Amino acid sequence: MIAEKAPKQMQEEVKAEEKIVYRAEQLNLWYGEDQALKNIDMDIQENEVTAIIGPSGCGKSTYIKTLNRMTEMIPIVRTSGRVYYRNENIFDKKYKVEELRTKVGMVFQKPNPFPKSIYENVVYGPKIHGIKDKKLLDEIVERSLKGAALWDEVKDRLKENAFGLSGGQQQRLCIARCLAVEPDVILMDEPTSALDPISTLKIEELVQELKENYSIVIVTHNMQQAGRISDKTAFFLNGEVVEYDNTDTMFSSPQDKRTEDYISGRFG
Amino acid sequence: MKEPMNHSIRELIAEKSTRRTKWAEIMMPKFFLLCAIISILTTIGIVLTLFSETFSFFREVSILEFITSAEWYPLHNDPSYGIRPLITGTLVIAAIAMCIAIPIGLATAIYLSEYATDKTRRTIKPILEVLAGIPTIVYGFFALTFVTPLLQRFIPDVSIYNALSPGLVVGIMIIPMVASLSEDAMSAVPRSMREGAFALGSTRFEVAVKVVLPAALSGVIASFVLAVSRAIGETMIVTVAGGSNPTTSLDVTSAVQTMTAYIVQISLGDAGYGTTEYYSIYAVGMTLFIFTLLMNVLAHFISKRFREVY
Amino acid sequence: MKAINDTTAQSYPKTQKRSSLSGREIKNKLFKSLFIGATAFSLLVLLVLLVQIFTQGIPYLNWNFFTSFPSRHAEEAGILSAFVGTIWMMAVTAPVSFVLGVGTAIYLEEYAKKNRFTQLIQMNISNLAGVPSIVFGLLGLTIFVRELALGRSVLAGGLTMSLLILPIIVVAAQEAIRAVPGELKEASFAMGATKWQTTYRIVLPAALPGILTGNILALSRAIGETAPLIMIGALTYVAFLPEGLLSQFTVMPIQIYNWTGRPQEEFHFVAAAGIMVLLVMLLLMNSVAVWIRNKFQKRF
Repeated sequence: MIAEKAPKQMQEEVKAEEKIVYRAEQLNLWYGEDQALKNIDMDIQENEVTAIIGPSGCGKSTYIKTLNRMTEMIPIVRTSGRVYYRNENIFDKKYKVEELRTKVGMVFQKPNPFPKSIYENVVYGPKIHGIKDKKLLDEIVERSLKGAALWDEVKDRLKENAFGLSGGQQQRLCIARCLAVEPDVILMDEPTSALDPISTLKIEELVQELKENYSIVIVTHNMQQAGRISDKTAFFLNGEVVEYDNTDTMFSSPQDKRTEDYISGRFG
Repeated sequence: MKEPMNHSIRELIAEKSTRRTKWAEIMMPKFFLLCAIISILTTIGIVLTLFSETFSFFREVSILEFITSAEWYPLHNDPSYGIRPLITGTLVIAAIAMCIAIPIGLATAIYLSEYATDKTRRTIKPILEVLAGIPTIVYGFFALTFVTPLLQRFIPDVSIYNALSPGLVVGIMIIPMVASLSEDAMSAVPRSMREGAFALGSTRFEVAVKVVLPAALSGVIASFVLAVSRAIGETMIVTVAGGSNPTTSLDVTSAVQTMTAYIVQISLGDAGYGTTEYYSIYAVGMTLFIFTLLMNVLAHFISKRFREVY
Repeated sequence: MKAINDTTAQSYPKTQKRSSLSGREIKNKLFKSLFIGATAFSLLVLLVLLVQIFTQGIPYLNWNFFTSFPSRHAEEAGILSAFVGTIWMMAVTAPVSFVLGVGTAIYLEEYAKKNRFTQLIQMNISNLAGVPSIVFGLLGLTIFVRELALGRSVLAGGLTMSLLILPIIVVAAQEAIRAVPGELKEASFAMGATKWQTTYRIVLPAALPGILTGNILALSRAIGETAPLIMIGALTYVAFLPEGLLSQFTVMPIQIYNWTGRPQEEFHFVAAAGIMVLLVMLLLMNSVAVWIRNKFQKRF
């Protein structure tokens, strides 16, 4: 079966080379003495939704946080190996982490809007990157909120504090906040785990729309969600990538016994 | 292909970020570090000031006289600089203060942490804060115009300036400090320890005295030591109500002089810059500083060294 | 013999237990009232102190008191120069201590690495908090008045006070900054914000209420301080208003001290009136601090 697929795959790989957003090579990461990521080799494709699944503590959140170097916030973290973003090694000493994070947005597990107005939340990114033109900012706010499917709900109360929104709305505001700087990639770390089913559905629909313009990496503990929204899925276990394939393939015919066990709900 | 507008924002940002001057990123940390260093410079300034001027003092007065002589007459024609009377006065006042502050402060702490309801606690603690926030000059006024006359009514021997009145008022002033620090220590004792004792049929008083107090002892004692330090450094109450009579006598009904009160007395007088009297306030200040520093270090040591691990 | 012992051993402890329980209960009740009494003592003292001061001070508290300079005659004495002097001193102390204190707190919480130097600064600050205020007066006298030749001026007094209240401000600001949720900082960093942008746009606004509360409380401490300013040589009798940062000055506590020290009883009443002004000012500042604390408390 693998042999059959090979020639076609090779062709695709040549074409895909230009469309690779992220490439991890032998990525290892330690929290103090504990190794959280082991020899990760993984490519992320442009304009696709890549889902990362696996049981708690498997390293999926850690992996996604290395992609914008948020792991650096924890002093005891050590990494080795290389992660290329658009062919540049982000661990390179000269690499500017602020630039990386401008191009790579992140949505967190718990909605974390700033204690400011809805408007100020959205323009935060553009403002810190030097955009001051009021008209342009207004435009960005409208476009980003529309992009996050929140505009109709909040357009009359942009000056109100973001904490007044519901959990689901707050999370969409966080997505809008990401969109405001027009990133290249959006990283989502279990974005729906703190939300009710209806809000979850809205975010899932939104992810489908966003993939037109953005590359999305989403960590989820919910396999059904991965199945519903992603193009590719990686299964993490104990810090290793057990299997990484097209979502349909993985869910219908997993190659690895452990993937099969996990997908069929035997653990995790 | 993406919408053209998207590109313009992304490009705009990329363009601005290359142009942007990052002076704040470089300068602000340095500025904050400078602020932090000023606090260190303050300490160094204090130590250097005290040392150098004390050194000038000891060029004129022998250090032996300073430590051993029992007489402090800096303004006499034949001046004598023995620090003992000032230390005696300071310690007498501190001792009286602690006689008030320890029992009342500790009892307040026990009441607040073991007996009082949340509501009572929320009412009483702010009032104690008010008590702690009253300027010392107000306490001094209170000591002189209220406590002293009151004492005179009961003990006729009490003179207008005496050690007893300011001692009591200093004690009142530091009650909130003892109460709040001790209460913090007692509240930190885990509930499970109390529950265990209650389950064995102990009364609230037994739990407080036999379980909570021993468990919180280091914090409680540290609060006493800090309170002593505070009493030793207190200035205005003793200046206003204690008098200016340096003596080694332990008679609390007559006037005394503390180290702090002496410093104030000289500052208010016309001791010229460079005179022995002028330098003497630094020698006394140095002694005071060493006393309080030792107390503070001791308190720190007690609460760190004997910190219970729950 | 053994049998007898056994019966006593069985019956005796029971009665003892019962009687001791009631004894223990009495003891519990007794001590509870003692503890309440001790707590009430502080409140009683506060009450007596306030009543004493208000009954003495109120007759002297009139408009003239606010608009007059000190005088040899108790009826004509006023607090104007001391009040204005206090305001002048605060105009120096408030900004200086705010910038230094908050700057130090930001450094310690946001920038400092966890090393010995940071520990040293932290320990140094808690030690400074325990240094008697009069020692700060000696520092101010030597450094500001003499070495920097600022003289016995508003500036020298204000700077000395800034250093005195610095530890309080630093500790309060550190607590406020530490209370800002990590998620907010993470969100900002993830947007590509730099450290300073995150500190300035996210951390400081969120910590501001706590910082302000600490600052106001620290300033109210400075307003009531007397001893260090006596050291600096703030005058006790001032019949003029400060004209600039280098003018001589007096402050309310020193004026009160001066009146308290007079032998004539009328001046004690004037002092009481002065104390009332001081206390009302402190009460106002504390109320503002508490108001800020309550208004912004439950934001996260």
